[in-house]
Amino acid sequence: MIEAVGLTKRYGRTVAVNELSFTVRPGRVTGFLGPNGAGKSTTMRMILGLDRPTAGDVLIDGRHYRDLHRPLRHIGALLDAKWVHPNRSARAHLRWLARSNGLPRGRVEEVLELVGLASVADRNAGAFSLGMAQRLGIAAALLGDPQILLFDEPVNGLDPEGIHWIRQLMRRLAAEGRTVFVSSHLLSEMAQTADELVVIGKGRLIAQSGAAEFVERASGAAVRVRSPQLERLRTALASTAGARVRDEDDALVVTGLTSDQVGEVAAAQGVVLHELSPQRGSLEEAFIRMTSGAVEYHAEETGEHLHLGDAGAEGQR
Amino acid sequence: MNLLAVERIKLFSTRSPWWSMLAALVLMLGMSTLFAAVLEPGALEVAATQVGYDLALMVVMVMATLAVTTEYRFNTIKVSFQATPRRSAVLLAKTVVVAVLAGLLGEIAAFGSWGLARLVRPEADLRIDTAAEWRQVAGVGLVWALGAVLAVAVGALLRQTAGAVTLLLVYALLVESLVGLIPKVGQNIRRWLPFTHANHFVRGGGQPAEGGQENALSLPFGPWGSLAYFAGVVLVILVLALVTVNRRDA
Ligand SMILES: Nc1ncnc2c1ncn2[C@@H]1O[C@H](COP(=O)(O)OP(=O)(O)OP(=O)(O)O)[C@@H](O)[C@H]1O
Ligand SMILES: [Mg+2]
Repeated sequence: MIEAVGLTKRYGRTVAVNELSFTVRPGRVTGFLGPNGAGKSTTMRMILGLDRPTAGDVLIDGRHYRDLHRPLRHIGALLDAKWVHPNRSARAHLRWLARSNGLPRGRVEEVLELVGLASVADRNAGAFSLGMAQRLGIAAALLGDPQILLFDEPVNGLDPEGIHWIRQLMRRLAAEGRTVFVSSHLLSEMAQTADELVVIGKGRLIAQSGAAEFVERASGAAVRVRSPQLERLRTALASTAGARVRDEDDALVVTGLTSDQVGEVAAAQGVVLHELSPQRGSLEEAFIRMTSGAVEYHAEETGEHLHLGDAGAEGQR
Repeated sequence: MNLLAVERIKLFSTRSPWWSMLAALVLMLGMSTLFAAVLEPGALEVAATQVGYDLALMVVMVMATLAVTTEYRFNTIKVSFQATPRRSAVLLAKTVVVAVLAGLLGEIAAFGSWGLARLVRPEADLRIDTAAEWRQVAGVGLVWALGAVLAVAVGALLRQTAGAVTLLLVYALLVESLVGLIPKVGQNIRRWLPFTHANHFVRGGGQPAEGGQENALSLPFGPWGSLAYFAGVVLVILVLALVTVNRRDA
C-alpha cells in the first residue's frame, strides 16, 4: 500500500506536485493518469525517496522509503529504462543491484529468463532496443520479488507486442495480490489495464475512482437536446443544480446531468423534445477537458477537488 | 560489505577504469624510466625515480571522478540510491573502493618505477635504506589514495565530468603554482595549499641539501605533517560532499 498525504513538490517557482493525496491498494492495478508535465514522474521519485517533498508525506506500508531495509525486496520500480550505464552488460547491471539488497546471484538469472533477456544478457545495455531496455528495467523492478511495483509510462514507445506483454504482466502481478502503480498519459491505455485510477492535472488530484466509473463518466458526460422550445428548456436546465449548458448549432449540450435527468426536467416544464442523446465523446477528448484549465478553475472555485465515484460522484450532481 | 562489492562490480563491469589505470601506470613508469636514463649518474637518487607520480596522479583522479560523474550522467545514481537509500553509505563505499584501488596502483607504479630505474641504471645507488627513501617511494600510494578520495568528493559535488575534471586538473596543475607568483602574499598562501603538501610528503627530503622548490617555500609541517594536512583538506571536502548528496534531490 502506498499513501500520499498532501504531497507537494516545488522546483524553484514551478509547482510540480500540489497537495496531492491518494492511496494505492494491493491486489489491483492502479493507473496514475495525467497529461505531460502533470507531475507523475515527480510523484514517483518522491515515493522512492529520490526527491524530497517540499511538503506532505508519502508512506510505503506505513514507512518512509528511506527507512526500508533492503528496499528492492519491498518495492520495485521502473522509472526510466535509460537509467543504465550503456557500456555495462545487462547481467552486470542486475548483478550489482542484486548484491546491494543481499539477493542471490541466481535471482538475476531468474529475472533475465522471466523477461526474455537471458540470451542477450552479456550485451551492453547501451546496445539494447527500447523494448529490450524496458524489459531490463522490468527485470530490475522484479529482482527483489517485491509486493509493490511502480512503473512510469512503461509502454511508451513499445510496439504492440511489447505493450501486450507489459499489460499481461501488470495484470498478473496484481492478480498475485501485489500493489501495482502504473503511470500513463493515455486514458485509453489505462482503461484497458487499470482497475483503479488516480487522475492528476497540473500537480493536483482530479479524481481517484474505479477505472470503469471514471471512463463512463468521462465519456458519457454530455447530453445533447433539441427542442422547439429551446429557450424555456435552457432556463429550466440552467436553474438545475450541477448542470452546465452550452449551445451547439440548434441544440443544447448539457454536462453534469444524465439523459434521464434532462428528460425529467423537460417533462416537468412540459417542453417537447426532438432529440435527447447522450454524447459518447472520445475518451481522450473528455480526459483533456477534465485535466485542463476548466477543471483547475472548477476545483478552485468550489474549494474541493472534483471527486468521482463513491460518494464523490453524488456530490457532483 | 555488500556495498563494497556493489561498487567493485560497478567499477569493473565497464572498461574505462581499466584504461585509466593502465594509462596512469604507463605514464608513470615511462616518465621515470626516461628520467633515470638521462640523469647524471650522481644526481640519480631514490626520490628521482618517482618523477612522474604527480602527473600520473591526475590520470588516477580522472578515473576516480568518473566513478561518480558517470553515475550522474547516466542516472544510475538514482538507481543506486533507490537500491540503497542510505546515500552516505553508497558514497563512502565508492570512496573506499576507489581509494584502495588508487593506493594499490600507486604502490605498483612507485615500486615499478624504482625497479625499472635500477634496471636501466644498475650503477646508481638506488637502495632504499632510509626512512625518508621508503616514504619517497611507498608514499606515492598514500597520496594517490587521498587524491582519489578528493576526486570522488569533487565529482559528487559537481555531478558532471567536464566540470569536475577541469576543476581538479586546473587547480592541481596550474592554480597552486600560479598562486606562488602573486607578489608578496603568494608564497604565504601557497604554504597552505593541499597539493603543495602532498608533494612535500612524497618529495620532501630528509636532507635540506636537496634544495628543491618545496624546501625553499619553508612549509609549516614536516613530510608526515604535510600528509596529515593534505588528508585533512580531503576529509573536509568529502564531508561537504556527503552533506550535499544527502540534502539535494538525487
Ligand atoms: N528536476 C526538476 N527540476 C525542475 N523542474 C522539474 C523537475 N522535474 C520536473 N519538473 C517540472 O515539474 C513538472 C512535472 O513534471 P513531471 O516530469 O513530474 O511530469 P509527468 O507527469 O511525469 O510528465 P510526462 O508525462 O511528460 O512524463 C513539469 O513542469 C516539469 O517541468
Ligand atoms: Mg514523466
